[in-house]
Amino acid sequence: MQHSLSLLLFLCCSFMTLHSQAIVNGHEYQFEEESKAEIFRHLANELRCPKCQNQNLADSNAMIADDLRRELYQQVKEGKGSEEIVDFMVNRYGDFVLYRPKVNAMTYVLWYGPAALCVIAAVVFALVMRSRRREEDEAAAENVQTAPEKAEGVSSEEFSVEEQARLNSLLDDDQNDSDPKGS
Amino acid sequence: MKRWTLFIPFVVFVLLGLLLWRGLYLNPKHVPSALLDKPFPAFTLPTLKTGESKTEATLQNGKVQLVNVWGTWCISCRVEHPFLVELAQKGVAIIGINYKDENDAALKWLDDLGDPYLFSVDDEEGTLSMDLGVTGAPETFIVDQQGMVRHKHQGPITSANWPELKTIIDQLEQSKGEG
Repeated sequence: MQHSLSLLLFLCCSFMTLHSQAIVNGHEYQFEEESKAEIFRHLANELRCPKCQNQNLADSNAMIADDLRRELYQQVKEGKGSEEIVDFMVNRYGDFVLYRPKVNAMTYVLWYGPAALCVIAAVVFALVMRSRRREEDEAAAENVQTAPEKAEGVSSEEFSVEEQARLNSLLDDDQNDSDPKGS
Repeated sequence: MKRWTLFIPFVVFVLLGLLLWRGLYLNPKHVPSALLDKPFPAFTLPTLKTGESKTEATLQNGKVQLVNVWGTWCISCRVEHPFLVELAQKGVAIIGINYKDENDAALKWLDDLGDPYLFSVDDEEGTLSMDLGVTGAPETFIVDQQGMVRHKHQGPITSANWPELKTIIDQLEQSKGEG
């Protein structure tokens, strides 16, 4: 099965390159120049069958897809450019036929939304990381400042003299039980 | 971090939920016509019955009309047909485009089932239908007094969806009266 498939693929490829021919949906389309066959293949893949939900012109057996393939073939043979043909289709069937939607006010969200979300996510991540690091730094700085005070038993402004005396006696008691620096 | 910032993920979740919930009820098969509010495409085609040549100028006649794309090969058209005959009897102006059809079969169809059309043009090659962006039959366009396309309806017109179309026609007729 796989062997015959690859053989078929090989045959298709060799036909295409040798005879400027496009084989699309089982039909052979002859072109004088390879460049035209290339445009045809490209557009048959890029344009969506207007009646189908998710098939391109090359893939669909719908009557309309068949008609549009023929129209596409005619126009490519006449030497019309890719853009001209796409405009022809869009003027009739709307943006629906484009698998690669045009960039305009309607589709900015579609085109740039994912990138914008990534940027927002990166910014939020950076902000969270920065604030977290700052908190850690501040906490570390506080520890550095307050640790010697505690060790020396220097009174804080918040405590009155009596309170400080009581605190000291409590700390002394504690120190008798166990070593606070170890805990 | 402030307390309210904790609710940001929840708000984002709700917004996303609303977006996706709305998406569930959109019809992916609804393709708006690319010709809305544009002039009816130019054509020169013979009518089915007499072979008389008609052009887009025929549609610029000061009346709101339906342009119905049909074919004898199309089963839904057969379903739609009796209702079109009914509409025609009520005085609705309907013009037919016989889409990629055999003339004999089409004439027989009109003989057997009745002819609701003021005239039907014979679009054997499907060129006019392609210019109209038709993807299948039946499709119906509402064309206004100046020959502009105002609405496209895909699928058969039935008594169920007719009121919607009728509203659009009435609005177009009124706007003409005012202007």
